[in-house]
Amino acid sequence: MEADWIWGLIGGVLIGLGGAVYLLGNGRIMGASGIIGGLVDGTGRDTARDRLAFLAGVAIMPMLLWPVYDVNISTHLTDQWWVIIAAGVLVGVGTRVANGCTSGHGVCGISRFSMRGLVATVFYIFAGGLMLSLMRHVWGLI
Amino acid sequence: MQRTFVSLIAGLLFGGGLFISGMTDTTKVQGWLDVFGQWDPTLAFVMGGAIIPMFFAWRLTVGRKPLTGGDFPNPPAPELDRRLIVGSILFGMGWGLAGLCPGPAIASLSYGGLGGVVFVIAMVGGMALAPKLTVQLDRRAATT
Repeated sequence: MEADWIWGLIGGVLIGLGGAVYLLGNGRIMGASGIIGGLVDGTGRDTARDRLAFLAGVAIMPMLLWPVYDVNISTHLTDQWWVIIAAGVLVGVGTRVANGCTSGHGVCGISRFSMRGLVATVFYIFAGGLMLSLMRHVWGLI
Repeated sequence: MQRTFVSLIAGLLFGGGLFISGMTDTTKVQGWLDVFGQWDPTLAFVMGGAIIPMFFAWRLTVGRKPLTGGDFPNPPAPELDRRLIVGSILFGMGWGLAGLCPGPAIASLSYGGLGGVVFVIAMVGGMALAPKLTVQLDRRAATT
């Protein structure tokens, strides 16, 4: 669909505005993995209420949008359980070890010219491209 | 209370942006990574679009304080350590496998079905395991 990139750009600006509100309002970097991870390992216990409010917002907004927004709302997630579980574990471990994901290192890091954010983004995009290409085109597993 | 309200507003914007941009659709994310298949450039527009307001937000932090008090984050650390590289590679592998990263996984919880819920549970499990791997990596870094 030709309009995909426009919606991508509009959605991207909204994501950036969310990050701007979080930064200018609370003085924190809006990183999804850090916000979730702090609840998981207990390092964010003092700010648990803020973290839960953020995550509630993330989960609720699509529910409010999908009835008024004419779009195919499936995630098209694979139905292979081993892929879902392996991917989830890798995403969880990797983002916490690297201390950031697409939002923290990618959006918030690159926008302040952080070398760590840029290097992390290069590595996870490269690893993702390699993984997908091997699994899909070489081994035909996904 | 103010901080919680700010967090909620930021979350609503973030979740709405992820949904509208198509980033909760795993075919779009995997399409961006699939350079040998049907490549989909959407993710680059999402990233680019998100970086614009954030660039100005970082500029606004200079000489100011956060609205709800406290301080802004320290400048980014310059060093590239083993954790950053190893963690990002592991994250990328999972991202490529399923096409979901932490933000979109939460944003699609209401309509992602059982698969989406299982992904989030596995991700939380992985996050609980992460400190163990971090200790290992730091130990190795100290001996080399």
